[in-house]
Amino acid sequence: MIRSRHFRRHVAAMLAFPLLVALVATGAQAIAPELVRDLAFGENEAKVKAIAGVVASGDSGALPLLQALQDGEVQTAGERALQVRGDSAIDLTTGKAVEPLPETRDDVVLNNRVRRELATAIAALKLAADDRATRFAAANELQRGADEEMLPVIQRALAREQDAQIKVLLLLTEATVQLGSTNKAVRVAAIRALAESRDPNTKTLLLPLLERKGGDFAEPDSDVRAEAELSLRAIESRLATGEMVGRVFSGVSLGSVLLLAALGLAITYGLMGVINMAHGELIMIGAYATYMVQNLFRGYLPGAFDWYLAAAVPAAFAASALVGMALERSVIRFLYGRPLETLLATWGISLVLIQAMRTLFGAQNVQVENPVWMSGGIHLFSNLVLPWNRIVIIGFAAAIVALIAALLTRTRLGLFVRGVTQNRPMAGCLGVPTGRVDTLAFGLGSGIAGLAGCALSQIGNVGPDLGQTYIVDSFMVVVLGGVGQLAGTVYAAMGLGVANKFLEAWSGAVLAKIAVLVFIIVFIQKRPQGLFALKGRMAEG
Amino acid sequence: MNAMLPLPVRPMLAAPAHPLLTRGGWSAITLVAGVLFLLVPWLNLWLPAGHAFHVPDYFVSLAGKIMCYAIVALAMDLIWGYTGILSLGHGLFFALGGYAMGMYLMRSIGTEGVYQSELPDFMVFLDWKAYPWYWSFTDHFWYALLLVVLVPGLLALVFGYFAFRSRIKGVYFSIITQALTFAFMLLFFRNDTGFGGNNGFTDFKRILGFPIATPGTRMVLFMTTGAALLGAFLLGRYIVTSRLGRVLTAIRDAESRVMFCGYNPLHYKLFIWTLSAVLSGIAGALYVPQVGIINPGEMSPANSIEIAIWAAVGGRGTLVGPILGAFVVNGAKSWFTVAFPEFWLFFLGLTFILVTLFLPHGVVGLLRRRGRARS
Repeated sequence: MIRSRHFRRHVAAMLAFPLLVALVATGAQAIAPELVRDLAFGENEAKVKAIAGVVASGDSGALPLLQALQDGEVQTAGERALQVRGDSAIDLTTGKAVEPLPETRDDVVLNNRVRRELATAIAALKLAADDRATRFAAANELQRGADEEMLPVIQRALAREQDAQIKVLLLLTEATVQLGSTNKAVRVAAIRALAESRDPNTKTLLLPLLERKGGDFAEPDSDVRAEAELSLRAIESRLATGEMVGRVFSGVSLGSVLLLAALGLAITYGLMGVINMAHGELIMIGAYATYMVQNLFRGYLPGAFDWYLAAAVPAAFAASALVGMALERSVIRFLYGRPLETLLATWGISLVLIQAMRTLFGAQNVQVENPVWMSGGIHLFSNLVLPWNRIVIIGFAAAIVALIAALLTRTRLGLFVRGVTQNRPMAGCLGVPTGRVDTLAFGLGSGIAGLAGCALSQIGNVGPDLGQTYIVDSFMVVVLGGVGQLAGTVYAAMGLGVANKFLEAWSGAVLAKIAVLVFIIVFIQKRPQGLFALKGRMAEG
Repeated sequence: MNAMLPLPVRPMLAAPAHPLLTRGGWSAITLVAGVLFLLVPWLNLWLPAGHAFHVPDYFVSLAGKIMCYAIVALAMDLIWGYTGILSLGHGLFFALGGYAMGMYLMRSIGTEGVYQSELPDFMVFLDWKAYPWYWSFTDHFWYALLLVVLVPGLLALVFGYFAFRSRIKGVYFSIITQALTFAFMLLFFRNDTGFGGNNGFTDFKRILGFPIATPGTRMVLFMTTGAALLGAFLLGRYIVTSRLGRVLTAIRDAESRVMFCGYNPLHYKLFIWTLSAVLSGIAGALYVPQVGIINPGEMSPANSIEIAIWAAVGGRGTLVGPILGAFVVNGAKSWFTVAFPEFWLFFLGLTFILVTLFLPHGVVGLLRRRGRARS
């Protein structure tokens, strides 16, 4: 079995290196002594050839030999080539220990060219390693400087390789080598093979073929150029799909972040008519609550660290909801019906909360780590990875919207909230405790802000200024979506998110944001009540 | 209910309500003018530095800076206190006036910048070869003054026309003015916008040929700002005692009734809104040469909200109030940021909360109540 595998490798090597046929064929199991001699005593040219020969031999001793050479362990004593390690030495041609250690030994001198060849050769051999990291590093090394003689080794590794990422690297390396070939058929075949690739880097291989240098094409052969053009187009159209999907995804992801930030506001502002400028700070409190739960888990339950979010979600909700209810009881309650004053007072609250967080946790951002199951992502296309944390947040936002909708339409509290919103005195007359309903509704809106903070801590920085970055955006979502409508908020958030990402690709992030703001300002002129205005008497509220 | 409706309406509004100022008011104005134009310059420039009554330089620049804020607070009060429209974008007009003046100041640096180029350093940095079109003529002082008035004025006019025409009011108006200033801030943060990006304009050398950092120039700027503040006060007084001012107050208290009486609130609101923006722009233009820097941070929503609190602390719906408020809040700010920097936001935040809860008419309202209780 072992014999036959070796034999096959020899056949491959023979095809690649007719020059070395004789040496290898007689070499059988061990590395041919001629190769060892060339490595140790040969001129640079002979050394380079010998390195290639060792690689092609496919012998299990090839890698240790080359590494010994690289590490300076190969020395010569008279006619003998030795591998010296400490006080012991092995004769490389016979494989037997040499005792005593000869007194006079010379180092094998390697110039830069030989060293480069040696490194590449070692990388090629390492492609056969069992460890994925080693193979990955080797493939990366090879991509920098493989030459045609490595081709059989690379192709053998390709046939064997299971890992997608390494496979892509190897394919690219193979194509690079083949493109550099002098044989036109080989080059055209390589270009055709590249058309199948899903990796954006292949474009950088093909583009130089189509470049012009002062009027003439860099590539003189027009057939090769035509093939390159075709392959490039095939790749680009495949990449375009990936980019489009990616843009929609990041739009939806941004939309879900906006939605989370604005949802609590849709309740406090939309349903209750309270302008809460401290809403962003309630988000921040949720994020800090997540941070504290994370630290508790790290300190006391390191084994369950991956599941700290299960505790952080209710903690974030509770922290923000409690702060919110306290604010409603102590400040906001006295300002009902005076929206401008509410605006200023809640702005003051936000300043106090920001400074309080700075005093408690410091002005720097704190570190909130993703659990392991949220890192990484789904590899959808070669140029598109959907990160797990983004996907989780989209799902989280959807779940919360569903919960809120159910809460408002199916529960007694929801009924009360809607009743008080529509007609406060009448609801009061029918026995609804309007004051308590206000507090609870405000607590609900604040708690949702806390959930948003918990979610945002997974994808961005957590610092005292976290809330300020979201306050303008979340007001825009509520204003655009229309007051008193959850559906409006959802559509507005998703619309703004996707529009923002598409504009971003076209005009850059800042201009996109400005364009969206200007659009909203203009839109409000046309439909002051938002996308989904309540009709009738309530609208004037 | 019927008995309360003022019928006929127009003759009542037509009656001249107040003279511009009472005799006491005129004496107070004269006194303030005396302090601003005679006493402070004398105490600062002619008394030696060690003298007990010497007014130090930093005090002159601080007072000059706060007087600029007071003009903005006054402008804010005209639109918010008298007309009931809370703008959260006045920092934008202030900054635009400042940038217009800053363009002139940048041009007068000449070739003394770090790169010794005709162009400002940030343009050299961006590898621009010439001034963009909107920088043309900014080397003329009169043109800069024109821009100071026109840019905030036109922006306010256009924005206000569309907003008031669609009857956007109350909180909606506040929020979209906030979005407006936020959008402008993002725009000015971009380097490619051509206003120095993050760093804005700074390192000014001279104004109208005079070196900008000397005590004499500082005093002239101080006195100019004082004159502008007095002028703004008298203008405000003229407006609020006129028929126009009474319509504005009526719009604040019951806009629908004003409409039913046959007035179109659009024109009144638009006038006072634009005037308020222009006043803010002038304040910004006076501010920049005194503090020596203007950057997009002035356009942040937080700055604009702070302007509202100056007016609220002093007392909305009075003209002395906002000036007083600007001095109280900013005086406290410069004391806190030196003595207890970490407590400044607590103080400011609590001011917002306590003033809105307990002092709806501000310090002036408190003083008036005291005065009435005593008499």
